[in-house]
Amino acid sequence: MTTEAPTEDLGAATPAEQQPLSEVVIRFAGDSGDGMQITGTQFTSTSALVGNDLSTLPDFPAEIRAPAGTLPGVSAFQVRIADHDIHTPGDAPDVLVAMNPAALEVNLKDLEPNGVVILNTDEFTARNFKKAGLETDPREDGKLEGYRVFEVDLTTVTRRALEDSPLDVRAKDRCKNFFALGMCYWLFSRPMEPTVEWLQKKFAKKPEVAEANITCLRAGWNYCDITGLFQVKYEVESAALRPGTYRNINGNLALALGSVAASRKSGLPLFLGSYPITPASDLLHHLSTMKHYGVTTFQAEDEIAAVCAAIGASFGGALGMCSTSGPGLALKAEAINLALMVELPLVVFNIQRAGPSTGMPTKTEQSDLLQAMFGRNGEAPLPVIAPESPADCFWAALEACRVAVESMVPVVLLSDGYLANGAEPWRLPDLSELPDFPVEFHSEVEGFAPYSRDDETLARPWAIPGTAGLEHRIGGLEKQDLTGNVSYDPDNHQRMTDLRAEKVARVARRIAPLEVDGPTKGKLLVLGWGSTQGTIHGAVKAARAEGLEVSRAHLRWLNPFPSNLEEVLASFDQVLVPEMNGGQLAFLLRGTFLADVVSYPKVEGKPFYRHEIVTRIKQCLEVE
Amino acid sequence: MATDTTVLKKKDFQSDQEVRWCPGCGDYAILSALQTVMPELGIPKERLVVISGIGCSSRFPYYMNTFGFHTIHGRAPAIATGLKTSRPDLEVWVITGDGDALSIGGNHLIHALRRNVNLKILLFNNRIYGLTKGQYSPTSEVGKRTKSTPVGSIDTPFDPVSVALGAGASMVARSVDIFQKHLKETLRRVAEHSGSAFVEILQNCNIFNDGAFSYLTDKEQREAEGLYLEHGQPLVFGPEGARRGLRLDPTSLRLENVALGDGVEAEDCLVWDENRPDPALAFLLAQCRPPEYPTALGVLRRVERPTYDGAVVEQIAQQQERRGTGTLEELLYSGETWQVAADGSIRR
Repeated sequence: MTTEAPTEDLGAATPAEQQPLSEVVIRFAGDSGDGMQITGTQFTSTSALVGNDLSTLPDFPAEIRAPAGTLPGVSAFQVRIADHDIHTPGDAPDVLVAMNPAALEVNLKDLEPNGVVILNTDEFTARNFKKAGLETDPREDGKLEGYRVFEVDLTTVTRRALEDSPLDVRAKDRCKNFFALGMCYWLFSRPMEPTVEWLQKKFAKKPEVAEANITCLRAGWNYCDITGLFQVKYEVESAALRPGTYRNINGNLALALGSVAASRKSGLPLFLGSYPITPASDLLHHLSTMKHYGVTTFQAEDEIAAVCAAIGASFGGALGMCSTSGPGLALKAEAINLALMVELPLVVFNIQRAGPSTGMPTKTEQSDLLQAMFGRNGEAPLPVIAPESPADCFWAALEACRVAVESMVPVVLLSDGYLANGAEPWRLPDLSELPDFPVEFHSEVEGFAPYSRDDETLARPWAIPGTAGLEHRIGGLEKQDLTGNVSYDPDNHQRMTDLRAEKVARVARRIAPLEVDGPTKGKLLVLGWGSTQGTIHGAVKAARAEGLEVSRAHLRWLNPFPSNLEEVLASFDQVLVPEMNGGQLAFLLRGTFLADVVSYPKVEGKPFYRHEIVTRIKQCLEVE
Repeated sequence: MATDTTVLKKKDFQSDQEVRWCPGCGDYAILSALQTVMPELGIPKERLVVISGIGCSSRFPYYMNTFGFHTIHGRAPAIATGLKTSRPDLEVWVITGDGDALSIGGNHLIHALRRNVNLKILLFNNRIYGLTKGQYSPTSEVGKRTKSTPVGSIDTPFDPVSVALGAGASMVARSVDIFQKHLKETLRRVAEHSGSAFVEILQNCNIFNDGAFSYLTDKEQREAEGLYLEHGQPLVFGPEGARRGLRLDPTSLRLENVALGDGVEAEDCLVWDENRPDPALAFLLAQCRPPEYPTALGVLRRVERPTYDGAVVEQIAQQQERRGTGTLEELLYSGETWQVAADGSIRR
């Protein structure tokens, strides 16, 4: 069990009928065709409706359908539910549902000691052991010692439950994930109605499929009730969430919603140029369903065309944006630089994944920070923002769009696979909480100069084609100040380079200062950025619970840095910087401030565990 | 306020920038032709946008007093696609070269053409890299000696018109920089077309590839070597007294270049139909080259099909008709929501 709050031990269950739990982490694991993602999201949705706080982490293979029963084919979904405020999907599962030997083999090492394992024994055959690379039956070779194992012949009981169903055997077998879900609903006292309704809606045109899955869900529940397989059932009370309307949201959907919100708040039509790439494609998918909001989505022939089309749309007065992942950002570099040079707004959503090269497309990483900062030719600074949670992707998208149009500049937003696919309950904002930033195109002919600048933001005027008298030419060649004509003058190049840099630096005037959670000076500050927020938050809380004095701050803007960052860094004896890369923020901090921060890099393609950061905090403070 | 289009003249389309191509470059003639044709189109000049990539030809927008965008190498069709798709009210012309459009930007060119984005794409083909000072291009002939091919190029060249036909372009034409009358007429026809229109303009680079098309452009050659396509007219060419025509040999499916007279008349030759739905004959004509065949000039294909930008607008309008234009509140509160009340109770 995780220790964020006092928790109970599943293994030491008393025979009481109902036992309260403060929180629990469950991982559903099976073949990529076993429907584990659906099982997990259903458990999640239902838990949200029960009022738990929750956080999820899907983990799926890159292959659409790797050979069944093999280790690369294992797909998993982890969900943590709690009766209190939580920030991460949890370090280690307390409960593992393993649909086959491969799923057990891949996931068992993560399970908490004394954790619960639910196995589908029908899949525990010599053939499947071989496919999973196992020489012996894990149930008999001691691997499962120290865990509470519950064996269920899931395929058999599923088929039996569906004896009267008109479906063929293959279709029946596909229902076994709902049998398992029904068991978990019993074990954790969840209502079945939301899933029943979801199935009825989802399979409205295939009622026999809906019926079979519902039958299995109920059969799974009843199986536990009748067999007494588990001697105890658990209850996780609702968390004290702020009053309001909630929905579950993942990072990619939140980015899509934030983009449409920005379109409405700026009064600009949204144009997304995109080329499918994991883990960013869902952003394209979501926005493609929002055409009636005036959204244009353009699936381009390649990454370069995607960003170029967005730039073309921006030239014409649209809110041009593109979505990609690391390899795509590399391809877009030259075009992003064009937008930077011609000073047009552009928003680049980069959903980072493990690199370099193709790397591990379905695994998360924060290793594109320096690419976003410096991955272009010439002196080419641009604003970089990173959301800190799935729901925060909404706000970060909105902010990125606002800065892009206010400063006439391309902005890179760094999300990652963890935020993109992870979900959390989101208290929907009151629309009055959203900032308005209506855009007015330049229309005054008298005195028009394409590269004149706003005194405050240094933005140049946005004069769009179709405006009589404002005909002008822009391009990637260096511009003469004010006129925008081509110029090779040395002094002009220095001046324009300085202006472009100063324009980005001035964004710092309009962003929030860095807030410190905890004492504003002291021995140790843990400084993070982007998706590590939840884990760092949890780790700092845990360290404080052990009596350690540690503060925490989280950077939202990586460029420009908030104006008080240097002061904050100087207020602590040590600054620990955990990040899912080789130490890129640490590199920036050292280079910018000569600050001797303690870098804590991790490049495993998966998020930090809370205990890892707690351990580093203790090392910094030299306590055991 | 829109410009009064009735009073526009050639000089209205000339920018205040000094034109800086090499003296004698064929680009001057093309610039002059376009600046002459533009006022005739009746389009307010603020609605004209000229977009280019990189190369000698791509300096073009700086010299046109319209909205212009000198972009990056090869990407002009992609940028133009984004602009035209989001702003169908604009007339978007793309200026590109053989290196820009067929080498680094080949992908964008074919996709813009297959989508039928309503763009006018003028490819200045001088069969050489000029701005980088004389390397062979994707249209240079095999054996060409250049700075990067000192013992001769071994690449098989593209025929730009064939590439455009292969990509499914709805309008494809070919003209020549110094054939001003023909070029202007071609530009006028292109301007009228709804959909992607692609024009290969044979253009002389007098510095790095002088005389690349002299087999066609030399005064004494023009009639003998140029096949001027006219819709509804037989495929005949050549000077008085040496008239020739093209026939289709039904067994080999090859064009036959035959002398007229001696029992072969113009009526025996193929009659040109630029609106043919299938591009087979256009392909045959596109690939006609000396010494066996004349060079086909004019419109090689013009068919009507829905434009990409038009379809995008239509799809959005259809969705809005069906689903309404949506409010932000509807969007955010869509999906499965639940309410947490002040007392902690939950309602779906």
